[in-house]
Amino acid sequence: MAEPILRVEHLSIALPAGGDRAHAVEDVSLTVHRGEIVCVVGESGSGKSMLAGAVMGAIPGDLARTAGRIRLGEIDLTALSEPELRQIRGNRVAMIPQEPMAALNPVVRVGRQIEEVFALHTKLSAQERSIRALGLLADMHLSDPERIARSYPSQLSGGQCQRVVIAMALAMEPDLLIADEPTTALDVTTQAQILKLIRDLRETHGHGILFITHDVGVVAEIADRVLVMRRGQLVEAGEARQVLTAPTHPYTRELMAAAPSMTPPPHRPVVGEHALVARGLTKIYGARQALGGVDLEIRRGETLAVVGESGSGKSTLARILVRVIAASAGEARVAGVDMLALKGDALREARCAVQMVFQDPFGSLNPRRRVGDMIVRAGVLAGAKPAEARARAEELLELVGLSKAAFHRRPAAFSGGQRQRIGIARALAANPDLLIADESVSALDVSVQAQILDLLRDLQDRLGLAILFITHDLRVAAQMGHRIAVMQHGVVVETGPAAEVLTRPAHPYTQALLAAAPGRELGTATVVG
Amino acid sequence: MTPAMTPARRLMVLKPSAMIGLFLVAGWLLVAALAPWLAPFDPLTSLTPLASPGTHAPGGGIFWLGTDLLGRDILSRVIYGARPVVGLSVLATSTAYLVGVSAGLAAGYFRGATDAILSFLASVVLSFPVLVLYIVVIVALGASYANVVLAVTFGSAPAIFRIVRAIALDIAGRDYVAASQAQGERAHRILIQDILPNAAPPLLVDFCLRIGYSAITIGALGFLGLGLPPPTPDWGGMVAEGRAMALAFPHLVIFPCLAISSLVVGLSLLADGLNAEGRRG
Repeated sequence: MAEPILRVEHLSIALPAGGDRAHAVEDVSLTVHRGEIVCVVGESGSGKSMLAGAVMGAIPGDLARTAGRIRLGEIDLTALSEPELRQIRGNRVAMIPQEPMAALNPVVRVGRQIEEVFALHTKLSAQERSIRALGLLADMHLSDPERIARSYPSQLSGGQCQRVVIAMALAMEPDLLIADEPTTALDVTTQAQILKLIRDLRETHGHGILFITHDVGVVAEIADRVLVMRRGQLVEAGEARQVLTAPTHPYTRELMAAAPSMTPPPHRPVVGEHALVARGLTKIYGARQALGGVDLEIRRGETLAVVGESGSGKSTLARILVRVIAASAGEARVAGVDMLALKGDALREARCAVQMVFQDPFGSLNPRRRVGDMIVRAGVLAGAKPAEARARAEELLELVGLSKAAFHRRPAAFSGGQRQRIGIARALAANPDLLIADESVSALDVSVQAQILDLLRDLQDRLGLAILFITHDLRVAAQMGHRIAVMQHGVVVETGPAAEVLTRPAHPYTQALLAAAPGRELGTATVVG
Repeated sequence: MTPAMTPARRLMVLKPSAMIGLFLVAGWLLVAALAPWLAPFDPLTSLTPLASPGTHAPGGGIFWLGTDLLGRDILSRVIYGARPVVGLSVLATSTAYLVGVSAGLAAGYFRGATDAILSFLASVVLSFPVLVLYIVVIVALGASYANVVLAVTFGSAPAIFRIVRAIALDIAGRDYVAASQAQGERAHRILIQDILPNAAPPLLVDFCLRIGYSAITIGALGFLGLGLPPPTPDWGGMVAEGRAMALAFPHLVIFPCLAISSLVVGLSLLADGLNAEGRRG
């Protein structure tokens, strides 16, 4: 085996007293060898990002390392002073952050930003710096590196920015690269390209990579070895293939099982009457067409999953249907009434027919209102008497799996998954014909995600809801959709029964999306297991 | 923020500088409220002209801060002077807030023509130096309590409008506002239940600071002879009266000046503390 680059030995980081546990990271040991990609996988709060921060010598102020050593080659990082650590950071250890846009200075050309890394750590002349920067950009498989170097971050796509950030990380040929969720903010097709780039760079540069992710699919694509973290502890470690296909720890098995499969469950075709018939939905912003004539139908008791990458117009579609933004053209008939033609009081009274569950569990509930008040108010606005609405709100809280005590609390008292349940209860209080879920599970951990998907399916069975389920995640679409519609550049490029779209995609874009979905073999494996 | 942290509890854990601010502000509020019981002399009665601080009064008692040109006890005048300054600055700031917040919420939420018209009006008012505005209003309408309030409202509402409009624009884009809209909630309820409460923390800080500005303004108007008609004790007026002889008898102006600054500094420290607390929570 190649020489070890990073050795973490029995590392513990204490949390302040009064937290839900004593340690953010507890007795964790790991080794990264030269040319090896080690994935640390875990859900939010598992301590994986804290571990990455500790290796960079950056532990948040009120926390402290209480035990253990971190060795980079022969250097004991835990014994170094802050100025000595600064020499090592960016030089021998480099980091690829989650949000490439946030890591770049928006008012400096990206070429300059890469050159600054050399200026900081070397004595190269300005001309040499510029040549090295262009060379790095070319290494990132960026076409036309000169143009990229002259651009400001806002002129580049998310994928291009991430390549620039990776170039900066690699500038000093570090021994160790730490990648903290480097593809989470990217679209699937871009993610596939960046993962390939990281694999290729490992071949050519031979550094060790510590790769932090929550996504089991990404692990399957990139890892040589896998470490599974839960509540600060390492619960399983081993070769990637072995951990993914034959996990030994129950938590790892749970994690694998929660990752939705790419194979849709069998559905009976839904034959009820139409809950939504939309024709020619169009939205134009100035010269840009965000939505270019979308036709949709959804029957009662049916889920239509709309899949697409960022900028495909899927959120615009959702917001037009709830009338939060106005359509430029088109009609949307819900129970026979064209929602888009209504105005004033008629609109306000009809609005309850279409309700939405939002993406961000933290931004979609007013932090100043009590949960019960929100749900009761939604019922009252839909025409219920206050006493009825109150009784119904209590019923709904129970229906979405929350206790009655939730009624008097404010959103801050709840986790992300619980907040989405509250959002669902609020939407249902209006007795909608059509429920729109706009990336409603994207911000949640897989295990919580699985619970919310189950809840939505269960509610659909009980209430005969029509659901428009918007997602960027093909796996989630496969599990939720009776039918799937694929959107690109504001138009639906393909639509059909879920099994057909996923197994026999007709449009080239659908084929590209399917090819880019991380860990496809894994999906089929979990269905069997 | 834990649910158990009530506003009162939060005030208890303010940092020391904010506690000093709270102490100063609360002190002046008490002084204003209890003026008749705290003042050793009648603020309008002439006793011994230009007595130095610490002089014994002819009828017994001590002029702790001395007396003014007309022989009135300065301590008593400072104590009574707290009433118009504290009362008017709170009242004027509140009315300015009422106007600024209503207009700002409307402009930030409805945007379009409403915003264009209100923003234009605000810019027009803001393009004049504030003091000139005050003078124009008072000269045109006459010096009185009501007109001081009117002048301060007119002068500060546009700045408050700007702040509230910016915050409302931001909050109007949040998903919980979209959720209320999708339920068919009426606009005025969205403004009151969704936007205003979430805009409140920074506004509370600004409110505190602005009471201080209003106190300075009222002092300045008094100094210019545009505040309250004499012989009402008012800090700005006291400085103006003593100004000519300030070199020989500094106590004429030092104490009313200290009164104004301690109130304004207290409000600033308190606002700072609330701001830090808001960011922490």
